[in-house]
Amino acid sequence: MSVINETSLVERLAARFGDMLSVKVQRNEVTAEVAPRDLIAVATALRDEAGFRFGTIIDVCGIDYLGYGKAEWDTDTAQGESFSRGVEGQAMGRFTWEERPRQVEQQRRFAAVIHLLSIELNQRIRLRVPCEDDAFPVVPSITPIWPGADWFEREAFDLFGIIFEGHPDLRRILTDYGFVGHPFRKDFPLIGNVEVRYDPEQKRVVYEPVSIEPRVLVPRTIRNDADLDQARAESADHWREN
Amino acid sequence: MEEIRNYTMNFGPQHPAAHGVLRLVLEMDGETIVRADPHVGLLHRGTEKLAESKPFNQSIGYMDRLDYVSMMCNEHAYVRAIENLMGIEAPIRAQYIRTMFDEITRILNHLMWIGSNALDLGAMAVFLYAFREREELMDVYEAVSGARMHATYYRPGGVYRDLPEQMSKYRESPWHKGGDLKRLNAWREGSMLDYLTEFTNDFPARVDEYEALLTNNRIWKQRTVGIGIVSPEQAQAWGMTGAMLRGSGIAWDLRKKQPYAAYADMDFDIPVGVNGDCYDRYLVRVEEMRQSNRIIQQCVAWLKANPGPVMLRNYKVAPPSREEMKNDMEALIHHFKLFTEGYGVPAGETYAAVEAPKGEFGCYLVSDGANKPFRVHLRAPGFAHLSSIDAIVKGHMLADVVAMIGTYDLVFGEVDR
Repeated sequence: MSVINETSLVERLAARFGDMLSVKVQRNEVTAEVAPRDLIAVATALRDEAGFRFGTIIDVCGIDYLGYGKAEWDTDTAQGESFSRGVEGQAMGRFTWEERPRQVEQQRRFAAVIHLLSIELNQRIRLRVPCEDDAFPVVPSITPIWPGADWFEREAFDLFGIIFEGHPDLRRILTDYGFVGHPFRKDFPLIGNVEVRYDPEQKRVVYEPVSIEPRVLVPRTIRNDADLDQARAESADHWREN
Repeated sequence: MEEIRNYTMNFGPQHPAAHGVLRLVLEMDGETIVRADPHVGLLHRGTEKLAESKPFNQSIGYMDRLDYVSMMCNEHAYVRAIENLMGIEAPIRAQYIRTMFDEITRILNHLMWIGSNALDLGAMAVFLYAFREREELMDVYEAVSGARMHATYYRPGGVYRDLPEQMSKYRESPWHKGGDLKRLNAWREGSMLDYLTEFTNDFPARVDEYEALLTNNRIWKQRTVGIGIVSPEQAQAWGMTGAMLRGSGIAWDLRKKQPYAAYADMDFDIPVGVNGDCYDRYLVRVEEMRQSNRIIQQCVAWLKANPGPVMLRNYKVAPPSREEMKNDMEALIHHFKLFTEGYGVPAGETYAAVEAPKGEFGCYLVSDGANKPFRVHLRAPGFAHLSSIDAIVKGHMLADVVAMIGTYDLVFGEVDR
């Protein structure tokens, strides 16, 4: 996105909002973190004021930071013994609905992420709104500002349980009628909780607990041995040809 | 006189005009829509959560299955997001191949759309003609990836393999023989690029045929002119992109405004509508097919003249060749690590968007440094479009809802994800 002039957008954001936003630029993408209480004021200004003109809502999505940066396979500390076998951990592919972790601790676990686009000025911005209460995550709804946020917020509510205060019609959207739980949370099992089948005796569709076993084929690994730096160095000096 | 009340009608999910699995609860006053409440999610497969449980490369195939009539464009968004985070860039030949296949995909998608939209509104023949050309393009998909639809052809760092030297041919069978076989194989003597040259020379005349069937067709115009008018302000507020936005007169196209792959070097025009009704969006999409054809021609010419690598020679991301693995221990280890563990992607977040045939298809990717994505969110254009149906369709007749669903170009693979 080379055509977008990020520096000037960042300067304009800093001049207009000051401490209300903490702005970061990575790979030419502008991310601004905003507290829920300031969101409506910031969003309205971003839509209406000259220099921003973010008229198009691109996306709103939830994110659950539970387990961020945790690996299942210890690749750092192995000294005398070998590495672990990569079967530990509580990743979402490893437990059933009954065994799901119930007491989870994570500061500022949920956030809503909003992507905006300005067609007039050809610029994009990402707003991250962290939810303050993990047990009851609440974010003000931006549906009154961009009607297109309606379904995106319903989706984030459905999948993550984030409440959008002021949303006109906050119902589930993607999951089944009568579904229990918020499936994209990291403490929701990957295999799900219920399955359906047609029961010929009762002559109707019945819901039952899932019958499949949880399994993980590839453990989650974080290698801090600068894999990619090495890769870049290797591709840079063409060691294979020498 | 007895008081007449509104009543509620259920439309779909098992309805040929529901384009798959849309359930639409319509509140009607006579034959006029008072409120439309779409119930989506019947095709929800949890693609995003599945992607979080697998190494990066294993999810490329899932992307094909989102919008299953514009497969490679979805892959493109996902692959670009990974490339962004890793700070790698595909070789120039791969960029041209991606551009070419994005446009082939756009034609595939628009052919599907023109056929099914016309079928919904009562014109049967267009569907049959459109599938004739779709078949030819799906052969190109097959020639390059082995699969007619779900190609899994784009990879971080390039594309899976170079274009084939020989286009596949029909073999003699009880169904294809003699002069028929000769006709079917007429374009297929040379390479895949020769085949595409023949196709692109022929295709504008085919678009003329669709236009002959529809553009001045009285019934078609009665069903689409002045129906489902979207104002430019509405289009922006509802997050519309692609032909829905351009049909309302806003010349916004990511290929021009935020170019990616090789689009900056391409010569093509952006068609826009005037009234923002279903008919304008029809005209926009038909013209997009002609423009896509132009882009394919330019790519074919470039690709014929410029051989080169199509994948990075970086074994942390892309696998080494079989041949190298036989001679080189390092290559074998790289191959093993790549297919058992995958590669780690530096921590960070990115949003990569492409101009998919239906609008802006984006991939929001968050990585914490692991070999699996921490969060993948796929921004599907159809989801944003469909959410506006209540506002657009209010006050229209029941039959216009079908025209509107058609013009949204909905595919529930991407709406429900």
